[in-house]
Amino acid sequence: MGQVLALDALIHARQVWHGRATPAPGGSQPTGWPQLDAVLPSGGWPEHALTEILLPADGIGELQLLLPTVARLSRAARQVMVIAPPYLPCVAGWEARDVVMSHVDIVQAGERDVLWAAEQCLRSGSCAAVLAWPHGADDRALRRLQVAADTGKALAFVFRDRRHAVQASPAALRLELEAGASLQVRVRKCRGGNPPISAVPLAAGWS
Amino acid sequence: MLWACVLLPQLALDGVLRRREDAHEPLVLVSGPAQARVVHAANPPARAAGLYRGQKLVAAQALLSQFAMVEYDREDEARWRRLLAAWAYRYSGEVGLFTHGVVLEVSRSLNLFGPWPHFESLLRADLRELGFRHRVALAPTPHAAYVLAGVHDGLAVEAPDALRHALAPIAIGQARLPAEVAQALPAMGIRSLGQLLQLPRAGLQRRFGGELLALLDRLTGDEPTPMESYRPPDTFEQRMEWTHEIEHVEALVFPLRRLTADLATYLAGRDGGVQRFELELEHCHGPPTRVAVGMLSAGRDATLLFDCARGRLERQVLAQPVLAMRLIARELPPFVPAGRDLFDSRPANAMPLDQLRERLRARLGEDAIQQLRRTLDPRPEFAQTSAPGVRPAQLPVLPRPTWLLDTPCPWRGPSPEILAGPERIETGWWDGGDLRRDYYVARTAQGQCAWMYCAPGEQGAWMLHGWFA
Repeated sequence: MGQVLALDALIHARQVWHGRATPAPGGSQPTGWPQLDAVLPSGGWPEHALTEILLPADGIGELQLLLPTVARLSRAARQVMVIAPPYLPCVAGWEARDVVMSHVDIVQAGERDVLWAAEQCLRSGSCAAVLAWPHGADDRALRRLQVAADTGKALAFVFRDRRHAVQASPAALRLELEAGASLQVRVRKCRGGNPPISAVPLAAGWS
Repeated sequence: MLWACVLLPQLALDGVLRRREDAHEPLVLVSGPAQARVVHAANPPARAAGLYRGQKLVAAQALLSQFAMVEYDREDEARWRRLLAAWAYRYSGEVGLFTHGVVLEVSRSLNLFGPWPHFESLLRADLRELGFRHRVALAPTPHAAYVLAGVHDGLAVEAPDALRHALAPIAIGQARLPAEVAQALPAMGIRSLGQLLQLPRAGLQRRFGGELLALLDRLTGDEPTPMESYRPPDTFEQRMEWTHEIEHVEALVFPLRRLTADLATYLAGRDGGVQRFELELEHCHGPPTRVAVGMLSAGRDATLLFDCARGRLERQVLAQPVLAMRLIARELPPFVPAGRDLFDSRPANAMPLDQLRERLRARLGEDAIQQLRRTLDPRPEFAQTSAPGVRPAQLPVLPRPTWLLDTPCPWRGPSPEILAGPERIETGWWDGGDLRRDYYVARTAQGQCAWMYCAPGEQGAWMLHGWFA
């Protein structure tokens, strides 16, 4: 018990769970969706941490959720890595959503190399965000990514199928996309706060 | 003028030791004819067991039962000296080679690298890293530096007046004079350089000829030293050979690290970079295995070169054991260091992006990393490319998806609900790939927005081409 930690620092680092909600400080990594920022305890993406996004099917709206962040980072000349995407990113579509494609690297990796590549990118410290589509990742693999994201001070996003929702996950934030009449996102787990009960609607649209 | 001399007393031995991982094993270099082998050099563990230079090999084997033996190779020693000259070239434009050392003119380098003690520590740190034992001295003439380095390690004489003082007490045997002179002088009662320099010149000239006087003049700086300046060659080639066969790629990693570090040293001296180089693995029979290493841009960082080469080498399947490895770099393009922002927000220990890309490429394949850009072609299949080129200006915005399928596939689900469209794309007549399609934005039953097309004028037989994810 030699170390003395300031209580403020602990609370701000979101390591200590609060019984009642504290007013969220303005996050330094906004998601680009004000309604989502409002319910997330850090006011945006958890910094230097892993975010897991669960999908019912590919193409449901996962990029809509993330492209504002990718656009913000690539506009600031920060590097974004896209590892083993299920389809080819359509440049015209991404650029229409304000992404600077010269700061986006697409990495084609085999099934066994996705996690390795994602970890290398996160650990290197030269990428601002890493988007990865791993195959068959278990919680140990995700924990490695979480540690790598912390080491390299990067945002990590992992896209997985919805059936993994029942498994425990070391991710700091778990979101599930739901497509009904309109697209909405449900927070399954968030570090430093209670997950909100109701789902957050995203302005679903194709333009 | 100020000359630094880096004396390499154990050059041949260090050259052999640096390609071996185990430094504690006794090792000797042997030379001489097959009947009368003698120890040419012995490493510290061998010396501790009583082996010394000039000892008969039979006597050495009687003293120590187990030690590694490597044939002394004069050519090899010369190669290491050239490598060190290339290294020294990075600190000075004027580098000369002596039998046991390298001299470099440093009076101007001191302006750049700081005062001598600091400069000296830079040299020593580099040499330690390269794995060569060394002695360093500084003097106003190259010969004097060479002689002083042999006597006192770390001696620095900066003023020309102090040079005679520093040289005076040096014994004739250590003054690196021609052999017959060094033998004759002690017999005449001349035991130190100081005594020799005080002798009348005419007498010396009569007895030993003009050569010795010229040498003494060059030593003290009365006459300038003609010196053939070293110029680094335009290609880099280095070879490592082992006494045993190597069967596993893992065992090649340590020598590879040395080779790439030497390449980086050489490149730094030449202020160049390398984009492509080749590793040649030599076998007992058959042609050597060649491993080509290519990088996205010219680099010269030792870690980067090692990472790239290691990734390529580890994917190599060795059909036969390897006897020797050679690194050849033929093209040495100019190196442009990447600019970094003064207010860079990345962590301080971040790996440079180029290095990360090379590491990924080394394991995932040469084409694993792409950057996509738009082209002017209106056909969706050709509207983007990963080939480098210019980026066209922004086109008028029509709905475009965020995911694109590699090849369109037939839509098997129930008929989708149309949200927008049609957008007719009818073009491509110039290269035979013409197409006529009506594109629609449609919502599937699962709630996805799809980019689909069908034949013009119809709304059936849907082909899926992308997702508005």
